[in-house]
Formats: sequence, structure tokens, C-alpha cells
Amino acid sequence: MSVLPYLVAIWVLSWGVYGIVTSHNLVHLVVCLSVAQASTYILLIGVGYRSGATAPIFAEIPSSTPVVDPVVQALALTDIVVEATVSALLLAIAVQTKKRFGTVDPDELRALRG
Amino acid sequence: MTRPVRLGLFLTGMAALAATLAVAVGDLPGFGHYPGPYGTIIARTGVAARHGTDLVTTVNFDYRVFDTLGEEFILFTAVLGVALVLRRRRGEERTSEEPPEEHHFPGSSSALGAIGLALVGPVLVLGAWVVTHGHLTPGGGFQGGVVLAAAILIVFLAGEYVAMKRVAPHAALELAEASGAAGLALVGLGGLIFAGVFFKNFISLGSPGAILSAGTIPIGNLAVGIEVAGAFLMLWTEFSDQALVVRSR
Repeated sequence: MSVLPYLVAIWVLSWGVYGIVTSHNLVHLVVCLSVAQASTYILLIGVGYRSGATAPIFAEIPSSTPVVDPVVQALALTDIVVEATVSALLLAIAVQTKKRFGTVDPDELRALRG
Repeated sequence: MTRPVRLGLFLTGMAALAATLAVAVGDLPGFGHYPGPYGTIIARTGVAARHGTDLVTTVNFDYRVFDTLGEEFILFTAVLGVALVLRRRRGEERTSEEPPEEHHFPGSSSALGAIGLALVGPVLVLGAWVVTHGHLTPGGGFQGGVVLAAAILIVFLAGEYVAMKRVAPHAALELAEASGAAGLALVGLGGLIFAGVFFKNFISLGSPGAILSAGTIPIGNLAVGIEVAGAFLMLWTEFSDQALVVRSR
């Protein structure tokens, strides 16, 4: 089936967002966001794949070998870096939320306070 | 909004989104039939043009290096943001720089400590190898930088938090992060000065497969490796400080 990887990406995204919406813990919520973002890795790597091709590393293969798209793989690296930084910032905010409000359950964080 | 209402709203929206995406999938190239021109052109000409055998690194540190500069500063800014969010607030104080006793995890033992510390050297070498061979084989500054940071983190996992702070003091981490970030920008300026174009690969390319080849690509990797190692260690010490050093008054 030639669209299966894309459907897997949609499936992973859906479960990640489901986790975010139903989360009872801000740390768990950040992990769910990482799951949702993992779907973009699947999509990127899936789009660049070429049947029968190998990794775009020409250290030990002849230069005529068919390889998968190196551009989307480079984009996946950017994606991972952004994911790591977003997680770090959100976790820092979760730490401060716990200190300030004594809870990390989003349902208990109702009113905005200055 | 009550929980069931929110869940209902979410399920409706998510069903619509999933359906839209599933329809959109029909217009994507079939899996295994990538049609894009850029990847094909780079795959055919990249090695001959830039003399780096890892094309992913060539894309990141040559063709798309301007984006990588932005990506690097995303990391830089985010670490700055974490340090800012986790700064000392009113009613908090840090315990003295040297806590009276080492932090030990429940169940930690001297065997864990010994094995952990024995791993530090090999992991450091692995990290340095990944950083310096990024233009030849899979790896590069981002990946190797994280491995380098992990080597220092092992000191902490071995239960020697104070020792880790001594090996990697805050000022040194800040210096590594800042100088690494500046290093890549300087590579770009070098292109502007010596070849007239920002980020032009202005150093002799050497022969493909050699450790000193691909011009500015390994230099960029080195700068990013130093920055990423400093940035991740800063992140980890900021978080572990919250648990181990900062006390509310």
C-alpha cells in the first residue's frame, strides 16, 4: 500500500493530540506533544523515500547508486532540534507552574493570575 | 468548559482534521516514488560539488547552512529562555555552592558510580568522532554535540552531581554555547570576506572521504558540536538545579 506511511503519520498525530487534550499532567502533556511532533518525522522521511534506494552517504558506495532524498532528511534534523527546544521550554514552564500553583493538572489551572 | 464537552469538541475537530489529511494524502507522491527535483540534483552532484560524502550534512552545512544558522540560534534562544524561566524567584534561595553531601539516587551503588565514570572517556571519544566525521559518515555537530553532553551527564547519573558541576561549571557551559553559536556565524562571515558571498564554502575542498575535506563543512560541524554540548548541559543543569540546589525559603 503506497500511502501507508502517511496514514501512520496521521494516526500518530491524532493520538498525540488526543493525549494533549485529555492530559492530567503538564509533563505528560509535553510528552504527548513530542508524540504528535514525531508524526512529522514519519511524514518527512516517508516523502523522501525512493524504492530500492539507500541512504545518501557516499562514503563507501559508487556515486551512481540511487539514494533517498537528502533534503527531507536534513529537514528532519531541524525538526528534531526544534522539538527538543520546545520541550525544554515547556518543561521549564511546567516546573514554575508547580511552584506557583502547587499543581501540574491543567484542569486545576482555571483562572489566569498575574 | 467541562471535560466531556472538551472531549466531544476535540473528537469532532480531530475527525474532521484526520479526514482532511487522509484526502490530502491522495495527492502526495506514492511512498517510494519521490519525484522532487532538489534531492535528485543534490544526490547526483553534491559529492562532486562539495567533496563531502554525507549528503545530509552537506545539505545542512552548505546548501542550507543559512537555515542551520537560524536553527542554531533557536537552540541558543530556547536555552536562554529556560534559564530565564527557571531563574531564582522571590522566596527562593540556592543552597551553598557545595551541598553538604553528594546527591545519590535511591538504589545507587559504588558499582554504578564506577561503571558510570569508566564510561565517560569512551563516550567523550565517540562524541568527538561523531562531530569530526559529520561530513564523511552519518553524524555531525548536532548529533555529536548531544553525545558529548551525555558524556558529562554520565558523571551526574553516577551520583556525582557536585563533581559534574566542577567538570562543567556554568561559566564554561555559557562560553561553549556562545562561542559555538558565534563560530558558525563567523564561518558565514568568512565566506563573505574571502569569497564575497555569505556562507560561501571558501576553503579548499580537499579530496572526498578525507578527514580534512569539504571546506567549511567540518568547521561548521565543530562549532555546532561545541554549541550543542554546552546548550544541552546548560539545560540539564538548570533542571537538576531545580530539584537539587534551589530551596524555597
